[in-house]
Amino acid sequence: MKKQFFLFFLIAVFISSCKKDAPVNLNPAGSVIFKFINMAGDSNLILNNIKTYINAHNDTFSVHTFKYYISNIKLTRNDGTIFSEKESYHLIDAGNSKRTQFTLANVPYGNYTAVSFIIGVDSVRNFSGAQTGDLDPALGMFWMWDTGYIFAELAGSSPQDTAHGLNHFFSYAIIGYSGQYNALKTVRLPFYSDTAKVSPLITPQVNLKADVLEWFKTPTIISFAAVPFTDLPNQTTLNFANNYADMFTLQSIRN
Amino acid sequence: MKKTRTLFFVAVSVLLFSCKKDTTITKFPEEIQFVIPPGWASAHYDFSTNKLTTNGFILGRKLFYETKLSQNNAISCGSCHQQQFAFSNQYHALSAGVNGVLGTRNAPALSNLAWQTNFMWDGGITNLEVMPLAPLTNHFEMNETINNVVNKLQNDATYPYLFNNAFGTTTISSQLLLKALAQFMGMLVSSGSKYDKYEKGETSFSTNEMNGLNLFTQKCATCHTTPLFTNLQFMNFGLDSLFNDPGRAGITGAASDSGTFKVPSLRNVALSSPYMHDGRFATLADVLEHYSTGIVHSSTLSPLLNTIAPLTSMEKQDLILFLNTLTDSTFITDARFKNPN
Repeated sequence: MKKQFFLFFLIAVFISSCKKDAPVNLNPAGSVIFKFINMAGDSNLILNNIKTYINAHNDTFSVHTFKYYISNIKLTRNDGTIFSEKESYHLIDAGNSKRTQFTLANVPYGNYTAVSFIIGVDSVRNFSGAQTGDLDPALGMFWMWDTGYIFAELAGSSPQDTAHGLNHFFSYAIIGYSGQYNALKTVRLPFYSDTAKVSPLITPQVNLKADVLEWFKTPTIISFAAVPFTDLPNQTTLNFANNYADMFTLQSIRN
Repeated sequence: MKKTRTLFFVAVSVLLFSCKKDTTITKFPEEIQFVIPPGWASAHYDFSTNKLTTNGFILGRKLFYETKLSQNNAISCGSCHQQQFAFSNQYHALSAGVNGVLGTRNAPALSNLAWQTNFMWDGGITNLEVMPLAPLTNHFEMNETINNVVNKLQNDATYPYLFNNAFGTTTISSQLLLKALAQFMGMLVSSGSKYDKYEKGETSFSTNEMNGLNLFTQKCATCHTTPLFTNLQFMNFGLDSLFNDPGRAGITGAASDSGTFKVPSLRNVALSSPYMHDGRFATLADVLEHYSTGIVHSSTLSPLLNTIAPLTSMEKQDLILFLNTLTDSTFITDARFKNPN
């Protein structure tokens, strides 16, 4: 009997020894899906050079690239406890249907009433060397010559951008993780009357809208003529970050 | 009881071997170790997040000399960073990339990279691991994409095996590629020059070398601080009054950084001509002539260069004799750093 127990114990050790990340389910936990719906005002954002939008400066523009990092996600449960996702870095790419949503795993069961996250990549990961997953530099959101992640990128074309020849290509790469031009922005979205009900039967889907028009609106109105591009940590870049800090709104929660 | 022991032994053996897939260890003359030379500060690069192993180093070395890292499979890191020139290139003032396109800056000599806080003449890169991404993707250099490199290596007959030896997986990622390269680059320690031996009391300097050392200490060592022979700062060396290359300001955007560049290490400086960020000076004599009589004044000129007494020809000669003592013949012939391909 003792022998059998011993054998069982060794097998158990053996089975668990290879899987470093095997979830130890001490608390029952489920998942939450976050889906990002990219918009320009009331229109769905379409990435091509035909569909045009009008910004707060009354400039016309089209969009060919819209990407951003959502990181350090925290969910608040109705009892006040907070769930923080580990290794919480997600790249959203409006041009890649596989990168417009992600799933948070190991979320303890319960009713969640708010979410918070950072737009961008926290300072530590900017100088911690080679990263992987959604932080893989191969994804094109890493500045090779000026070490750091691009927090958010918006690029396209506007006739009001006269700095880039006939194509009128504007490009905004928002970077800067320290000092006076720190462009990291924390977003807090209460779910108000909605609730994300994580249970054994329900994987809620939280639908968030991201509005590119917010990049140009408040508090600083930005025109393509004045700012055709930005790729350094400076006041212009920070203005964009301050503007887009409120580009996310809750659309709906599907339980 | 005996049966239990056997069972235990079998189980433990299975346990021990279960996690390692294919652990054929490549033989190497000696285990690779990162040693901090006596009296030096601890390294800036943190090997604890990238455990140095002999297999990791061997992989990094092969990658350093791998032409598949370039778009047309023609050039490697080692093409511009050649060991016999202390990992610099004497033939090109500006680094020549794929298809012979010239870049805008001179490929510097490489040594003691684990102590550097910033890389590149403008210091834009802040971690040794991500340094290779810049030349790898730059149009004027290797002009390749990270995904292409990873795919080329993944489809190679040898690399999946070498990545498995080094990191326990045959699946190649940019992260593991960069960590392997960092292991090789971090190991490039140069601390065996005549100067180092003199400091340790193992050899003596000639009168001229001694005179050169004294001049160096008075006139150069504020920026070219021992033992790295750089203070790791950014300075305007008095080259131009108009800055075609903004230097550090291209990174910081600060006007006060216009025309400033990273103070280069002078280790192996006799081997690493031409000099300056754009390779404008062919010889050490030209460099000394510049600091002696050629300083160009501008708003960001290093204050240390504002008033310099011209050097006599004897002083120049002795300074060059001293700079020659910074050549580390052990480093440039070290078999561990040679191209294995």
